Amino acid sequence: MPVAYTPGLKVTPRLRQSARRVLPIEGEVLVAVGDRVGATDVVARTLMPGDVRPVNVANALSVPAGDVPAAMLKKEGDTVAVGDVLARSKGLFGMFQQEYKSRVEGTIEAISGVTGQVIVRGEPRPVEVLAFLAGEVATVLPGEGCVVEADAAYVQGIFGIGGEAYGPLVMVAAAASDELTADMVKPEHAGAVVVGGARMTGAAIRRAVEVGVAAVVSGGMDDQDLREVLGYDLGVAITGSEKIGTTLIVTEGFGEIAMARRTFELLAAHAGQQAAVNGATQIRAGVMRPEIVVPLTEDEQAEIVEPEHVAGVLEVGTTVRIVRDPHFGVIGTVPELPTEPTVLGSGSKARVLSVAVEGREPVVVPRANVELVEI
Amino acid sequence: MTDLDPANINVILATDCGSTTTKAILIQKVDGQYRQTHRGEAPTTVEEPVADVTVGVTNAVTEVGELAGRKLIDENGEVIRPASGDVGCDIYISTSSAGGGLQMMVTGVIAEMTAASAKRAALGAGAIVMDTIATNDKRQPYQRIERIRELRPDMMLMSGGTDGGTVKKVVEIAELIPPARPRPRFGSGYQMPVIYAGNKDAAETVTETLGDSVALSVVPNLRPTMEVENLAPARDAIHDLFLEHVMAHAPGYDKLIKWTNAPIMPTPGAVGDILKTIAQRQGISAVGVDIGGATTDVFSVFPGADGEPVFNRTVSANLGMSYSISNVCAEATMPVILKWVHFDMDERELRNRVKNKMIRPTTIPQTREALVFEQAVAREALRLAYEQHKAFATTLKGVQQQRTVGDTFSQDTGGQTIVDDMALDLLVASGGVLSHAPRMEQTAAMLVDAFQPRGFTRLAKDSIFMMPHLGVLASVHPEAATEVFERDCLIQLGVCIAPAGKPKPGKLCFKYQIDGVAADDEFAEVLHHSGEIACGEMKLIRLPAEQEARVRVEPARGFDCGAGRGKPVERKVRGGTVGLVLDGRGRPLDFEAREEVAGWYEALELYPE
Repeated sequence: MPVAYTPGLKVTPRLRQSARRVLPIEGEVLVAVGDRVGATDVVARTLMPGDVRPVNVANALSVPAGDVPAAMLKKEGDTVAVGDVLARSKGLFGMFQQEYKSRVEGTIEAISGVTGQVIVRGEPRPVEVLAFLAGEVATVLPGEGCVVEADAAYVQGIFGIGGEAYGPLVMVAAAASDELTADMVKPEHAGAVVVGGARMTGAAIRRAVEVGVAAVVSGGMDDQDLREVLGYDLGVAITGSEKIGTTLIVTEGFGEIAMARRTFELLAAHAGQQAAVNGATQIRAGVMRPEIVVPLTEDEQAEIVEPEHVAGVLEVGTTVRIVRDPHFGVIGTVPELPTEPTVLGSGSKARVLSVAVEGREPVVVPRANVELVEI
Repeated sequence: MTDLDPANINVILATDCGSTTTKAILIQKVDGQYRQTHRGEAPTTVEEPVADVTVGVTNAVTEVGELAGRKLIDENGEVIRPASGDVGCDIYISTSSAGGGLQMMVTGVIAEMTAASAKRAALGAGAIVMDTIATNDKRQPYQRIERIRELRPDMMLMSGGTDGGTVKKVVEIAELIPPARPRPRFGSGYQMPVIYAGNKDAAETVTETLGDSVALSVVPNLRPTMEVENLAPARDAIHDLFLEHVMAHAPGYDKLIKWTNAPIMPTPGAVGDILKTIAQRQGISAVGVDIGGATTDVFSVFPGADGEPVFNRTVSANLGMSYSISNVCAEATMPVILKWVHFDMDERELRNRVKNKMIRPTTIPQTREALVFEQAVAREALRLAYEQHKAFATTLKGVQQQRTVGDTFSQDTGGQTIVDDMALDLLVASGGVLSHAPRMEQTAAMLVDAFQPRGFTRLAKDSIFMMPHLGVLASVHPEAATEVFERDCLIQLGVCIAPAGKPKPGKLCFKYQIDGVAADDEFAEVLHHSGEIACGEMKLIRLPAEQEARVRVEPARGFDCGAGRGKPVERKVRGGTVGLVLDGRGRPLDFEAREEVAGWYEALELYPE
């Protein structure tokens, strides 16, 4: 039986999810192995070095660079405040001395006798890392952070905007094919993760920002709306740092596309529970997709069994979704996987597969244009 | 390195791990000659759930094996060597641009001089240059430090100062690096590699300044004097460090490095090597383009200021057909792209389609409409990439020119582009959208529309995107690489004949006459044939690759076909799978009406029913 690798997004009712939470630079880890943590608990903390300001003291004092170390009144490691005299030239027989007063505050990091530059580093900024996943600390990475683990329902989106957000899941659409419109977003959704069905409209996004919704999740969105929300045309799919007032996650793609039924039902089953979401997307090597994680309650942990699944293998009987026009969004099963390349409508030759869809003729599409859907 | 005797190498397996697709080819000795026999491809696997490049390699190689009826992978999922009967291969080699390729920052003292030389060295080695830092880049020092910290390059190349020149300015730049505490992209347990290729008198102070904040390698100055560029030592150091540091930390590459018989090369470095070889062997000016999913590389070999051939490469980091397709649409703008589409399309739907391609980069167009649109985007991506290349491929700046009285009014101080569209002899296309176009005519048309060659220009395409494989093969087995290149790699598309000048509607652009001895009766008529091309008109004359002909062109007043305005030109040409493209649209190309485009597409038989 022919098999092939094909990409797919993860949507699963139960998964032992682990979140690696690390600081950008070395710092202090505040938790120990076995600790229970909430999603917004601080697990590690550090001080980021402040901004660096090189100051050309040689120019300021009109002395050769080599004379700067001798002219310095402060040494490496000293702290300076705005207005402190950093350096003073010898002048002529002690006359005509020039002074340089610091215009920045911080610590002197380096003094160079080659270039006459003095490097002043500003005050450090505190940086904290939250647990993101409510669960148990499985590993402590000394000086770096920790790994938090929990049994969770897990949904990978296809594209997102904005960073990490937290809140209870609120289903505002009755069906996976319902558009998410502005009137469905209510003031009581402030701080919640709002889930729609098909496309989220531009007006709905603006409304969500207005009422303070933590995140909006839906099947699709229009590129035109994305451009209006961002204020520019997104060129490359590297996101996560946008500050638009909420986090957005689309699960299927751009345009009027309904959320996959399985994804919608999974989220609906956890309505009211706390979710952690992250819109950060990087579509490059080492791909990063947006995610929605709902830690399971103790009752759910007893009930839901982790499905067995072989990731990434396309074979006869697999359920796939077509991810390119003209059949974009269609879900079906694979009745056969012919090995010989076939000529497409575009005139190109490619390896294809047929997709059997309930109630209609099977469609033949390039293998490159499907993705696996877990069932 | 392989210790096999080249004479005993009969089966060669080569892969190229692109950011989207891993391509494998099989080269076999057939009747005493090396021929490329089979190819296969599979999606590149550097993302979860797999995150191991060798899985994609194994899939692509398995496909080649299935098609060739040859078992290439053993039960442990590794390449079988040596070849014996229908099993295994003698050598296995690979190139890679997966993981976003090699990402570098370069520094120099003056942006247009040493920093430009450093950039040329990095690009020539196959890197993407994320940023160039120089003392005159109009940024504050703290902004430069922030930039180094934010970008997290795979490595840095420092240049600056000619030998015996400034030390202070070079050290000033070096002083920015330790406070930035640069961290490389992959892995946290190793230091960022930095190559110093600047003023040799500053090397010691730079070493002291950088201390143990980075892993420093010192190589000879890449601009020892204003008049001389010496890029080879820096390029070699980049290749070594690429393997030692960058590749070793990308997912699965530690395994892949052990599999190959020669060091893995960055894909563009390998393509550049093979193009240089062609241009030097044939004594011609050539441009090659490789349009990928994320980036577009342009390579050129033109005579420099001293008449010696100069190789240049540029990478347009955000011009590509999948990951970067949305950026092409943003930079070129949708109305400009839609000028190349000869039927109505809904802009809103198109925008969504573009974004869907961006988020699912491995999909391919299934319908004719989708193909026409994708090829329209490709024209603009190629045009923008070529513009960037022209601006970069210049004579050395800062070189004092000896002037005579006659030069008084030509203020030539260096820095002019050496890319001359009229002198261009050969234009080679590679990369998915060009190589896999269903019709060769489409590839030729995309090249002509985007590059707008002038005069007589030979068009060719890399048949199945084999240039990277052959570039690395040349380092192990040059004979096999050359044989396959000549026989199987390049497909001659034909010749474009396009006089430069501003077209006037309804007027004559040029007259032509074609003569020759027909190898086949079918072409007897074509070979005794003359005609006229009006302004704005295009015409395709079928002439096969094995057929030679003499073509005489008499441009109308105001048009130049290589000999000056209105002056006739006669050339010997060879046909191709497309033939002769007679282009009366003038240069530079300027048009508005969609009907014109439909006429051109029809004339070139691009999208027949």
